[in-house]
Amino acid sequence: MISEALFFSAVLFTIGVVGVLTRRNAIILFMSVELMLNAVNLSLVALSMLHGVGGQVFVVLVMTVSAAEASVGLAIFIAVFRHFRSVDVKDMNLLKG
Amino acid sequence: MLLQQAAEAVAHPLADTAARWIWLVLALPAAGAIVNGVLAMISEWHPGPFDPDPIHTGEHEIPRAPTLVERAERAAPRAMTVVEGHAPYGPEPEEEGGHGDHADEPGHTGSHAPPRRHPFLGLVSIVGTGVLAASFVVALLAFLAMRRVESDAPLVLRYWDWLPAGGLSLGASLHLDRLSMLMTLVVTGVGTLIHLFSVGYMRDDGAYARFFAYLNLFVFFMLVLVLGASYPVMFVGWEGVGLCSYLLIGFWFTDKANADAGKKAFIVNRIGDFGFLVAMFLMYWNFHALEFGPLAAAAATVPVGSAVVTAVALFLFLGCAGKSAQIPLYVWLPDAMAGPTPVSALIHAATMVTAGVYLVARSGALFAAAPAASLTVVVIGALTAIFAATIGLKQWDIKKVLAYSTVSQLGYMFVAVGAGAYVAGMFHLVTHAFFKALLFLGAGAVIHAMHAAYHATGRDEDAQDMRNMGGLRRALPVTFATMWVATLAISGIPPFAGFFSKDEILGATFAQAHGSLLARSGWLGIPGSVVLYGAYALLVVSALLTALYMTRMMLYTFHGENRTGEAERRHLHEVPWTMSLPLVVLGVLSVVGGWLNLPELFGALGPVGAMEHWLEPVVAAPAAALAGGRAEVTHGTELGLVGLAVLVAVAGIALAVALLKPSRLRPKRESAPEPPGIERVLANKYYVDELYDATIVRPVLGLSRKILHTGLDVGIIDRAFVIGVGAKLPRLFARLGSALQNGLVGNYAWVIIVGVVLVLGVFTFR
Repeated sequence: MISEALFFSAVLFTIGVVGVLTRRNAIILFMSVELMLNAVNLSLVALSMLHGVGGQVFVVLVMTVSAAEASVGLAIFIAVFRHFRSVDVKDMNLLKG
Repeated sequence: MLLQQAAEAVAHPLADTAARWIWLVLALPAAGAIVNGVLAMISEWHPGPFDPDPIHTGEHEIPRAPTLVERAERAAPRAMTVVEGHAPYGPEPEEEGGHGDHADEPGHTGSHAPPRRHPFLGLVSIVGTGVLAASFVVALLAFLAMRRVESDAPLVLRYWDWLPAGGLSLGASLHLDRLSMLMTLVVTGVGTLIHLFSVGYMRDDGAYARFFAYLNLFVFFMLVLVLGASYPVMFVGWEGVGLCSYLLIGFWFTDKANADAGKKAFIVNRIGDFGFLVAMFLMYWNFHALEFGPLAAAAATVPVGSAVVTAVALFLFLGCAGKSAQIPLYVWLPDAMAGPTPVSALIHAATMVTAGVYLVARSGALFAAAPAASLTVVVIGALTAIFAATIGLKQWDIKKVLAYSTVSQLGYMFVAVGAGAYVAGMFHLVTHAFFKALLFLGAGAVIHAMHAAYHATGRDEDAQDMRNMGGLRRALPVTFATMWVATLAISGIPPFAGFFSKDEILGATFAQAHGSLLARSGWLGIPGSVVLYGAYALLVVSALLTALYMTRMMLYTFHGENRTGEAERRHLHEVPWTMSLPLVVLGVLSVVGGWLNLPELFGALGPVGAMEHWLEPVVAAPAAALAGGRAEVTHGTELGLVGLAVLVAVAGIALAVALLKPSRLRPKRESAPEPPGIERVLANKYYVDELYDATIVRPVLGLSRKILHTGLDVGIIDRAFVIGVGAKLPRLFARLGSALQNGLVGNYAWVIIVGVVLVLGVFTFR
């Protein structure tokens, strides 16, 4: 049971990583990051079956943080879109050295 | 104040007397220097913007509020300005205070320069001269206290730890014994008179406060030099007087020739100071002592003539040759005449240049253990004496004559201290301080009058050239009389001071040449007695030349017809009392100075050998060591030597009066250059400056420019290190680094992922 859950979690995480690496749309990127976070959440929940409720407590924390992150991140994207008329990360290269 | 915690010098009989206030002698001039320095800075302070607005640079000048000096100039119109002290044959100097904006003030050019009365004239005069006078009084009280006390041991006052380093623990200490007491009295006494003279001489100079600040600072350092209890403390004073000498030679620095003369003095002195430093290193290395007392004790234990002590003494003498202008380092002193004349009197005649003589006398224990070094001192001194005297014969600048005379007389002193006649050397040092300071101050009075005359008519002539003088005895009677006294003194006419001191040097050199330790030791293979007899002969000839060039100077300056100019003649006036009083006092001292140390031959005139007796505890031991085994000079021989000395002096004066006719002179402007031959060689000072220029200055400059600058600095350091390692290499790294930082989030994500995978991989598959 746990091994399936962990496997599923790993798949989800990999999908998230690949999404972050390959996509250029910032919204998609953002969703991929959420995917990675939730993959971790899944593994935490699964492992809490073995190690007690600590993992589940941690999941609540992660969800709180990701919610906060989502609100800030989306606000940034709205500002970026107003400026560039685009949310393509290729266009956001003003910080180069 | 730290000074007051004078440490445990208890048990010494002088500890409870006025001598324990000896630090005041130093502190007073130092305080004067600070006060005058502050006043100088206040008067030069601009209460307005210093920097022009960067945006409007060059478009319109931001008006700057005038300094106090400038305001005083505008407020008090006064016509006369002292300008003097241009180097050899340079152009007429522009006076100090060249803040560009003077130039466009109406009436600045030509003779009607704006008056330059200093706003704090009175205060500066009182502080500057007062501290010296007070210092002299303290020194006098200490002297009286010393006379009452029977002890010969020096009073060493340690004020604080100065250089605690490893096994070395040097204190900031003063060493008060009879030798340093004598020097302190001369420095503060003659210094006070010269400060008083400066009040009149420098009155119209805009940088009056700065002048007195430097002068006070000089006296402070000179006193550190003579009162320091160890060589390093002495070295502080040694360097300090060098600094003040530099500052005062280049006092009118707006003229490049003056600034160059200052630099020359400073650089030439560095060579000597190198010798002093090496001597100190050798002392500490071999004797583990730097204070005078322990060092003398250590030097007494080494065998006479050993290499170490000879090297120490020779390196010390190199320092003396620099400071006291002996061959080969004398070249800076004649150029130092670019400074104001009171400076020449104080620093370059009476005090600083005699520091070398004092150093040799102070290091008597070292020189007594090294007869070869002592003979070197004799040789250099005798050669310098005759060399400088011959140059003095053909100089036209009144101050140059005196400068070469000073170099020559310093040679006398070195012969004396080299021959172990320390008392004779110090005696001549004191009398020379009297009459040479008088001669310089008299020359200053002459230049002052000459300059005022030329200034009044607006003619641009050399105020220091004797060809422009003549017949000044009518205009300057006091100066005339006092300078003749000094001339007779320096020529060695009895009973003036110089006669006794010079005669003592000659007699001592002659006596030492037979049977003494010095006479028995050799110098570069030459027997010491030959060296000493030779030195004696050179000194006798120098005495003739001394009388000759001094009489020449007096004849050309004061006698004959006046050559200054028709219009200028009625503008020649005697100097104010602040300037003539020091002349008179020094004149009296030049007459009676000989009574400080009367020889036995003249025992009928007063107490015999007062100074000899006074200095006995300090110098008797080394003098006895060097004189060891010498044959007594008979009374008849002594009388003969005195007779010869007087004869030579009289002959010199008579020769000058007979041969030199002031009426044949023409003013400088109309004079032809010297005829070829020995006269031109002398007028050009044996071309020594040119020789040094060709053999030392230019090769060094060429080496610096071609190899060190073009090759090493520009070629290797600049190209390889500054441009290569310093600029190009970082730029390459920067290009690589900035290529990585392309600002794309995806790239950064890739780097992170790759990194994470790598780290995890390493941990997994390790």
